[in-house]
Amino acid sequence: MIVIIDYGLGNLGSVKNTLDKLGVDSMISKSRKDIEKADALILPGVGSAKQGMKNLKERGLDKILINEIKKGKPFLGICLGMQLLFSESKEGSVRCLNIIKGKVKQFNGKSLKVPQIGWNTVEQKTENKLFKNIPKNSSFYFVNSYYCLPNDKSVIVGETEYEINYCSVLLKNNITATQFHPEKSGQIGLQFIKNWIKKI
Amino acid sequence: MITKRIIPCLDMTEGKVVKGIQFVNFRDAGDPVILAKKYDKEGADELVFLDITATTENRNILLDVVKRTAKNVSIPFTVGGGIRSVEDMRLVLKNGADKVAVNTGAFNNPKLITDCANYFGRQCVVLSLDARQVKKGIWNVFINGGTTDTGISAVRWAKKAVALGAGEILLTSIDTDGMKNGFDIELTKIISKNVNVPIIASGGAGRIEDFYEVFKKGKADAALAASLFHFGELTIKQVKNYLRSKEIPVRI
Repeated sequence: MIVIIDYGLGNLGSVKNTLDKLGVDSMISKSRKDIEKADALILPGVGSAKQGMKNLKERGLDKILINEIKKGKPFLGICLGMQLLFSESKEGSVRCLNIIKGKVKQFNGKSLKVPQIGWNTVEQKTENKLFKNIPKNSSFYFVNSYYCLPNDKSVIVGETEYEINYCSVLLKNNITATQFHPEKSGQIGLQFIKNWIKKI
Repeated sequence: MITKRIIPCLDMTEGKVVKGIQFVNFRDAGDPVILAKKYDKEGADELVFLDITATTENRNILLDVVKRTAKNVSIPFTVGGGIRSVEDMRLVLKNGADKVAVNTGAFNNPKLITDCANYFGRQCVVLSLDARQVKKGIWNVFINGGTTDTGISAVRWAKKAVALGAGEILLTSIDTDGMKNGFDIELTKIISKNVNVPIIASGGAGRIEDFYEVFKKGKADAALAASLFHFGELTIKQVKNYLRSKEIPVRI
């Protein structure tokens, strides 16, 4: 059972629809019991970092999440769900979960429009099962004004160019995170989620 | 590299997809779920779903249609029509939408944009702006399904809405809507130049070349079309192949 964490934000329904399509058992929940029992967790994301952290804390989900991830439970963070893993975000200058050391910064918008909205390519930095049956430089769907800067560059497995090259796929032990929305990236996105599920 | 988006638009009323000319004379274009699935398969980059009579009939958007449509697509999906509160927006997102378009509700209550952006993030808030040329080089914002001239310039409202938190603008020219004589290049260009968020140009696509022009000359980030695709005059694949041959970056 995969639990999609309900923190009052994000396109929970889209993520659930995708897992249903793949025939994977999942539920949307905010209960500690469900989260602790789950085989894997997904933290989806559409929203602002400030509101996201506020909602996680109000529901006591921040501590539960940190705990479960530390215990080694497979975790997928999507978009804001990736950014919230970091130490801090410039979006509302907020302290985040601090599971991945680093910062979340805003695009400067000097040469390109902000937010980045649309399909952009992901450069696969390493051979990884996450990219099985995904052609090199495939496009995924992005909607973001902020991007992640991990201190430890070795966690970067996918990079995308928008103003700069930034981390669009992160992998660290049991943690997978994407800046793009695999649940909204058509067949390629479905394949990505399928690969993640196979790994866990 | 970020690609230019091709977006079929599903204008809806009473649960059916319709297409009009200059916001009137609607004709039936079919079932939204069937169309949405078809476009997803054919390589559409996104879908836009507008309940075009929700505001004028003073009712809420058809959530069950949103839900069924969303279940059947794996690409992003924007929903608009009759959004008046953060709660309206939350419900639309909960039913499977990825972004929400605000139009009349935001014009009448601009704080709605800020509230929604603070809550859901600005990238989730699409300003749907319907404009009509009132004098040479001057476009006004029209609300209530294009029936009311606000007397406010489209450029001014676009800039204000972006400052308030809109993350994208769906710009429809009432003058060119359904006319199939090409997008309103001048309007698109002037709005795109004045704000730093992506612009979805809408209204007037009739020939394959129109898409090239709105990207090249109009500086649009995405192009939206309805009847062309609904009635099978062009396929998304044809449009994208053409754009690629003209060196416009697209996802194929």
